[in-house]
Amino acid sequence: MAASILAVDDSASMRQMVSFTLKGAGYDVVEASDGVEALNIAKTRSVNLVITDVNMPNMDGISLIKELRNLPNYKFTPLLMLTTESGADKKQQGKAAGATGWIVKPFNPEQLLKTVSKVIS
Amino acid sequence: MSIDMAQFHQVFFEESFEGLDVMENGLLNMDSGEVDPEEINSIFRAAHSIKGGSGTFGFTNVSEFTHVMETLLDEMRDGRRPVTQEAVNVLLASVDVLRDMLTAAQGGETPDEERVAAQRAELDRVLSGGAADADSPPQAASGSASDAPAADLQPVGWKVVFRPHTHLMRTGNDPLRIIRELAELGALEAECDTSELPALNEFEPEDCYLSWDLRLNEPVAKEAIDEIFEWVEDDCDFAIVPVMPEGYDPQAQAAPEAAAEARAPAEEPAPAEPELKVVEPAPERRSGADRRKQDRRKPAARKPAAGGSSIRVDTGKIDSLINMVGELVITQSMLGMLGEDFSMDKLARLREGLGQLERHTRELQESVMQIRMLPISFTFSRFPRLVHDLSQKLGKQIELKMTGENTEVDKTVIEKIGDPLVHLVRNSVDHGIEMPEERIAAGKPETGTVHLSAEHRGGNIVIEITDDGKGLARDKILQKGIERGLVSEDDNLTDKQIYDLIFQPGFSTAEQVSDVSGRGVGMDVVRRNINELGGSIEIESEQGRGSTITIRLPLTLAILDGQTICVGDEIYIVPLGSIIESIQVRKDMLRRVAGKGETFRLREEYLPIVRMAEVFGVENPRAREIEDGIVVVVEAGGSKCGLFVDGLLGQQQVVIKSLEANYGRVEGISGATILGDGSVALIMDIPGVIRLSQQDGSSEPTELSMTA
Repeated sequence: MAASILAVDDSASMRQMVSFTLKGAGYDVVEASDGVEALNIAKTRSVNLVITDVNMPNMDGISLIKELRNLPNYKFTPLLMLTTESGADKKQQGKAAGATGWIVKPFNPEQLLKTVSKVIS
Repeated sequence: MSIDMAQFHQVFFEESFEGLDVMENGLLNMDSGEVDPEEINSIFRAAHSIKGGSGTFGFTNVSEFTHVMETLLDEMRDGRRPVTQEAVNVLLASVDVLRDMLTAAQGGETPDEERVAAQRAELDRVLSGGAADADSPPQAASGSASDAPAADLQPVGWKVVFRPHTHLMRTGNDPLRIIRELAELGALEAECDTSELPALNEFEPEDCYLSWDLRLNEPVAKEAIDEIFEWVEDDCDFAIVPVMPEGYDPQAQAAPEAAAEARAPAEEPAPAEPELKVVEPAPERRSGADRRKQDRRKPAARKPAAGGSSIRVDTGKIDSLINMVGELVITQSMLGMLGEDFSMDKLARLREGLGQLERHTRELQESVMQIRMLPISFTFSRFPRLVHDLSQKLGKQIELKMTGENTEVDKTVIEKIGDPLVHLVRNSVDHGIEMPEERIAAGKPETGTVHLSAEHRGGNIVIEITDDGKGLARDKILQKGIERGLVSEDDNLTDKQIYDLIFQPGFSTAEQVSDVSGRGVGMDVVRRNINELGGSIEIESEQGRGSTITIRLPLTLAILDGQTICVGDEIYIVPLGSIIESIQVRKDMLRRVAGKGETFRLREEYLPIVRMAEVFGVENPRAREIEDGIVVVVEAGGSKCGLFVDGLLGQQQVVIKSLEANYGRVEGISGATILGDGSVALIMDIPGVIRLSQQDGSSEPTELSMTA
């Protein structure tokens, strides 16, 4: 079975781009538009990787990572955040919350796939 | 794998424009006093999304510009900068510039760079002026290029000391993965240090006890290795030390360990073998990541934006559509079975099936029409900004109230009603609402109110613009009307007829032509635009109390409830909405008024008669005498008249086909439709027909004013 990825972003175009790219590479992709939605999905099914935006309404990416990392099923799951180049402190906050790593925006599909292949084999 | 990013552009633009609206509304709300943190947050998020998306999809200029806005917003969000009126105004203006940039990008054009630069300078000025920290973040475009000093000598490989902290795996990282990645760069020798492994009874399976000494025999750039460790640099101790080729003079270079040590406080790198020298890394080569960054910065070749507008549809609407199509398919298969061995005794079932087919078709049609329906808030949303800007400019205090923003209207109506509404709201703000002093003197509250409302009434949508200003100057309008020769002094006009004069071409009473409104073009154009949408507009006003402008529009423009009429051999469709009644007129009700053509008396009014056969040049109409045919009383633009036709045929819904697109524009005809028997029928444009009849009959422009 293909590895499943939860893509979280409030921006539909980014979400589509991420999802389209990953699906094209054969991954099974679930989408969520904010942290609350993502957390609900993560609780009801298991995914192999979470890629989340940081700035989102309702629950932001950092809180989502914190919540996910506390779930027993997500103790070791790679959690990646999408962040901007100016977000050095965001990276630190993300790390502190339990993020595995980050993908720096803007990125292109090739970079995304490369990063994803790093964390799920 | 190559992915065409252009496929995401449409969505990106749509959501960016939505984001701009969010920003604008948010900024306008901030404007009115206290600052809600969630408000700033949502503005920030919108800016952030636009920045992220534009960077990803190759609109670098947009992303750079948004970055500056975002920085300012970020400081406001963190409370490092007070929210001043000035900053809000600059941000509002920046939203406008950004909108233009996005529009230009969408059309594959270049934005007005001067304007962009000027606005950016404004932003920078605000940024540098405020109380915020002086941390000027890097420009969006200037990526993190290698800042390592250049050196002449290339290392032949790298030694990497990697000591994960025990919690490393709980961040979702995996030492094995990192080592594997290193191995992808070139031949890797790995030595595992198991000395930290505890006794089995103390062993925590989730902890990491191992560490590694790695040697990469490949002269890759140091950045490539750094990149691999980027995510874990705080979760491990690691050191990267270059392995230099033979013959290298260590004296020429600065102490190497210093740099490496910074990251590896725990571990002294293993001493280099005698023939190898260790040196401050200085790769000429750029890492793959850097090259990619370069490529990425080149915006993708701009394709002209894919034409055709799109529409966002509630999935509920689509579900009901699919449901309906399902029903239709069932009915169709039922009818098909019935047709296979049909005999007269199955007639009842056939009828029933046809009835179902009709019902489902109608439901399907309604559902499809629903898809085109959008809330009028799409149009209304621009007014808070407009009123805010105008009232600031004019020094007036105005509150804009909006109700019924969720009223749904056809997309075409939404697109076309915008400009007329802007004109009317501007008029209300400019001419209607008085200056604060004037208002106080008149015993009114200092702040004027403009109320924009929308609601469904019958088959129409009614939009009202109400203000509590000074109302229309009845006498001034009348006087001007007389000056312009639109009416004569002895015409006994009702107030409504006088107010209607402002819709005449070239009529403006503004004492001073301001740059806000009142250039003397306008109200007639407004009326024409609304008529073109099949709607009507009227004004009520009370001096000193304000005025109300009422616009009535059909809900949809694609389908029309029509009355089919015949004239000679021709069949025409009259929009049902414009018909008041249909009557037979006796000869003795007719009156010929000198210069005003043929009229008839209907209750208290005299209405002109328009003979359709004459207007459309139909040969051999069956009814020549008024008693042989039927008079259809129609109303348009506040005027009534009677259309004289041969007879009424029936009422039916017709699908409007554009005559203009398929043939050409014909005065008095708004479109065509195809009837059940396959023939084409023309749909009458009632205001146009009235105009036509005026040109044919008398040239006196006031002919219809008496009938209003």
